[in-house]
Amino acid sequence: MVPSASDIPNPWFSWDYVTSNAELLLTAGQEHVFLTVSSVLLALVFAFPLAFLVRRYRKLEAPVLGLSGVLYTIPSLALISLLWPIFGLTPWTVIIALAVYALLVVLRNTVVGLESVSENVVDAARGMGMGRRQLLVRVELPLAMPTILAGIRIATVTTVGMVTIGALVGYGGFGTLILSGFQANFYHAQIMTATLCCVLLAFIFEVLLLVLERLTLPWARQEVPE
Amino acid sequence: MSVWEWFTDPANWTGYNGIPIRTWEQIEISFWAMVIALAIAMPIALILGHQRRGIFLATNVGNIGRAIPTLGVLTILASIPEIGIGNFAAILALALFAIPPLLTNTFAGIASVDEEVLDAANGIGMGGFRILSRVELPLALPLIAAGIRTATVQVVATASLAALVGSGGLGRYVVDGYSLQDNTLIIAGAILTGLIAVIADLVLGFVERRITPKGLRGETFVASEEEEIPEATPA
Repeated sequence: MVPSASDIPNPWFSWDYVTSNAELLLTAGQEHVFLTVSSVLLALVFAFPLAFLVRRYRKLEAPVLGLSGVLYTIPSLALISLLWPIFGLTPWTVIIALAVYALLVVLRNTVVGLESVSENVVDAARGMGMGRRQLLVRVELPLAMPTILAGIRIATVTTVGMVTIGALVGYGGFGTLILSGFQANFYHAQIMTATLCCVLLAFIFEVLLLVLERLTLPWARQEVPE
Repeated sequence: MSVWEWFTDPANWTGYNGIPIRTWEQIEISFWAMVIALAIAMPIALILGHQRRGIFLATNVGNIGRAIPTLGVLTILASIPEIGIGNFAAILALALFAIPPLLTNTFAGIASVDEEVLDAANGIGMGGFRILSRVELPLALPLIAAGIRTATVQVVATASLAALVGSGGLGRYVVDGYSLQDNTLIIAGAILTGLIAVIADLVLGFVERRITPKGLRGETFVASEEEEIPEATPA
């Protein structure tokens, strides 16, 4: 007699799965980290010049932030699919789509952070004879840094989750395992393990970036709320 | 077939796989997800906010939600035999992801009502329930409305992803496009899923401004002073 599908055990948690697929998980994890880090770095490369530009030409602020708000609502499924005819089945399709979302968060936080620098501080710096560039590099950026770093942290954690959607075009890190597990007759152990690995990765990034914030910004800790 | 031809082909506007039906499915899935999310999140947030307890939970639930991949939750729910693939799994998953923004915003709205206002309400003899319903709730309305808008837009956008686990909606075109290797279908689906999210955002933004009491319009609220948290997690 042929056993029916429901007779075959299909546990959600299986250490056996983890040990016998360690290599598969490791490869997926490496791809996940690579996609996340590339997307965030690409976003940073564009976010800062854009933020300074918006800061310099105030008229740009409303359209740029408005447009970024609209882009932010577009689902990653749609963005990846619109990019895929251009970049095909390459990691770039995923990296560029995710960089767009990360860019929006970092850009917004950088603009808000720079804007929240107190007028008095700016005045004092000007009074000391600082030029525009010195003011930005030595006063405004350090004071805006806690907000900027928080933006980078939020963008990174969000990106870790969204990388999974890249599974659609074959570059999804743990997402590829989630999707293939689902398509392989609901392979519970694989779906659950890959999902938990993804959460763990997000947690690791969160902690690392929090530690970085603490170490690099001693002045942020003494900040007194107004 | 070009994307333009696909959109102008009358066959794509009729039947169960036509654009109107798929759009309606997306709205239906989103609606029920929001009903469930509101039913769970609102009572918790109102009570916690009123008692000003559970700040840690209310502020960190968003961080936790961000770290959990939507695709994982969708596939886990759809793989549970009792739930199965299709719209029900989608509705449950979307409801789960709508809870954090509802909880955070409603809690912040209620808990940020001025102590002196509460004192005054107390002084004129209002009880706890009356303070919540007549004072705190109206004052928190802008933030609550913003939370509902954020959650709804996120749900409508994420509903497209649910096609991966066999639900209906506009994401169907994209997912079917990938399995049929039909570029036109993928791009047409991408345009439709992007469009419905943007339209949802615009419509709800309008509604949000309308239901905000006149006296509170134009005021801006910042949920957290030290870090500017984006309201939504992209789908």
